[in-house]
Amino acid sequence: MSATKLQPLKVEAAEARLAALTLPEGAGWATEARKAALSRVAAMGLPHRRDEYWKYTDPASLVAAEAPKAALFHNDEGPLFDAIDRVKIVFVDGVFDAAASDDLTLTGVEIERLSDACTKDIHWAKDIYGVLEARNAQSKVDRPLAALNTAFAADGVVIRATGKASKPINLIYLHKSESSDAMLHHLVRVEVGADLTLLETGPAAARFSKVMEVDVADGGAFHHVRAQGRDHERRAVTGTYARLGKESTFKSFTMTFNGVLTRNETLVELTGDDAVAHVAGACVGDGKDFHHDDTVFVTHDAVNCESRQVFKKVLRNGATGVFQAKILVQPGAQKTDGYQISQSLLLDEDSQFLAKPELEIYADDVACSHGSTSGAIDEEALFYLRSRGVPVAEATDLLTLSFLGEALEEIEDERLAQDMLDRLSGWLSRRR
Amino acid sequence: MLQIKNLHVKLEEEDKQILKGVDLTVEAGKVHAIMGPNGSGKSTLSYVLSGKDGYEVTDGSATLEGVDLLEMEPEERAAAGLFLAFQYPVEIPGVGNMTFLRTAVNAQRKARGEEEISAADFLKLVRETAKTLKIDAEMLKRPVNVGFSGGEKKRNEILQMAMLAPKMCILDETDSGLDVDAMKLVADGVNALRNEGRGFLVITHYQRLLDHIKPDVVHIMANGRIVKTGGPELALEVENNGYADILSEVA
Ligand SMILES: Nc1ncnc2c1ncn2[C@@H]1O[C@H](COP(=O)(O)OP(=O)(O)OP(=O)(O)O)[C@@H](O)[C@H]1O
Ligand SMILES: [Mg+2]
Repeated sequence: MSATKLQPLKVEAAEARLAALTLPEGAGWATEARKAALSRVAAMGLPHRRDEYWKYTDPASLVAAEAPKAALFHNDEGPLFDAIDRVKIVFVDGVFDAAASDDLTLTGVEIERLSDACTKDIHWAKDIYGVLEARNAQSKVDRPLAALNTAFAADGVVIRATGKASKPINLIYLHKSESSDAMLHHLVRVEVGADLTLLETGPAAARFSKVMEVDVADGGAFHHVRAQGRDHERRAVTGTYARLGKESTFKSFTMTFNGVLTRNETLVELTGDDAVAHVAGACVGDGKDFHHDDTVFVTHDAVNCESRQVFKKVLRNGATGVFQAKILVQPGAQKTDGYQISQSLLLDEDSQFLAKPELEIYADDVACSHGSTSGAIDEEALFYLRSRGVPVAEATDLLTLSFLGEALEEIEDERLAQDMLDRLSGWLSRRR
Repeated sequence: MLQIKNLHVKLEEEDKQILKGVDLTVEAGKVHAIMGPNGSGKSTLSYVLSGKDGYEVTDGSATLEGVDLLEMEPEERAAAGLFLAFQYPVEIPGVGNMTFLRTAVNAQRKARGEEEISAADFLKLVRETAKTLKIDAEMLKRPVNVGFSGGEKKRNEILQMAMLAPKMCILDETDSGLDVDAMKLVADGVNALRNEGRGFLVITHYQRLLDHIKPDVVHIMANGRIVKTGGPELALEVENNGYADILSEVA
């Protein structure tokens, strides 16, 4: 289909979707940003599978005016990270639950609800809301679902770290209604030299749209560890849009269990010299209904920055994994050190991994490498383990965990890493 | 201990017969050595006994203490007491040597209905055993065999053997790639495990290893069969004259 035929379809889809939505009232200064986002959506239209970056993932169910239902998933495991001292902020089907949440107070950090922040005339968040999401760092890539979120997401948190946060903040997303269609929009600002760890856990909703805009000032450090919950039928489209100042650090790790459709977009712009960005993800999917898409764009626009993307996928029983990612090195971004690896472990012949790794480099003094592989369990290693008495199922799990190792190692905090590993082992052992 | 009768093996994928009637019995407490030209089927025999895929047994049998080995999964054979020190130990990136050893020890214990070894006891045992083999703590932390030198890999095989304390040990060219001192270490490791209840089948090309690990019986394998069996002097004969005489004698 030609572009001229495609665009009207996308605009039509946007019109259908917009008809079912209303802009939040009393949004204060955000109203302007919301209206601007709305007109961006109207102009871009909503994604279509013929779009370049939706080729491998059909956005239809994310675009549809009505969200498909998703059964609730019950299991007897306690909440993730439960033994770790943290500030819990709970959302039930996309709505803040004050009673279930801790006080929004934390040394070194200011935390507010988005709806409260919007009504204050002077607020730092004004300069970020809808701004990082819309920045044209990689202009060929439209992000209309993120713009839709900017326009309509009524809830979310606004977090500003001014020093070293004394403990992590955990956004907990509970899914309690089979037909919930939730949107959340968070803003994070890490001030000069500040340090924040943000955890996100839970399935969130039947259909979940989340945007998080992250602004890390010079010398700031942002650590992000997320686990997307296990409800098999849930759908999610998430976008993380980050801008990094000089000598700042951004480290994000996402673990995805199950889900009929997950699209995680991450755009990181390194705008200050000597900044570091690590974006990592691991997913485990079982069955034809599993579809997971990581779409990552890292833009180097400063000197001597390091970026690292590590994505690993374990796919079984016909599961599908998608990885499309680019390292873009802008003119002048010399001494860039860029690394990108995406690998899938296909546990059977029905599973598939679709990868589109890209490098686009406009500077001459850079070191960038990327690689993408997909393969089965190493039979030699499996036999070696079995010959030592390790049963085939346990040996397979051991090799699977070792495959995911390079991604899991991106979680710096050992307790968080251990919790994640335990969940993963549980997930695998239930499938023996 | 180990009884192999008229074992015929072909490749699963192609019509190639590799073992053509192997007869061999290793008694408990004894060390048997197998020598033989390259490609004669020594490694194949060790793989078939330990249950590697890709081979088809077309005739014959193999039992360990009277139990049919060939019907069992590789892990069941290990739990039954069979151990193979690989000619080419496998590298497993991402799996720590310690985790690997502990998983293996406990899996075998579990299969035999025994309790898991405590973390403290395990650590003590590994450290002691590793020390005798001059395997340092740093090597234990590394992923299994990754970045190990040829000789280190072979010592790691013996460490696993000592930790698992099998009944029947098959060593496939454990001496290849070892320097003189390492060969002595490995031989000492093997000799320390020698006892009345344990059998050994040592595959080697060189008399040198057999100077340290004194065999009770030496077999010559050629073209998929045991063609000659004798005492330790047979290994000396091979060392001095090669295989030509023996092969023409049996032809
Ligand atoms: N999987 C396989 N595919 C093809 N050929 C094989 C396979 N396994 C064994 N062979 C062949 O079978 C024969 C016996 O091999 P094997 O490795 O058992 O010999 P060996 O006696 O151990 O030799 P060496 O002394 O060199 O280690 C060789 O010709 C070898 O190429
Ligand atoms: Mg061999």
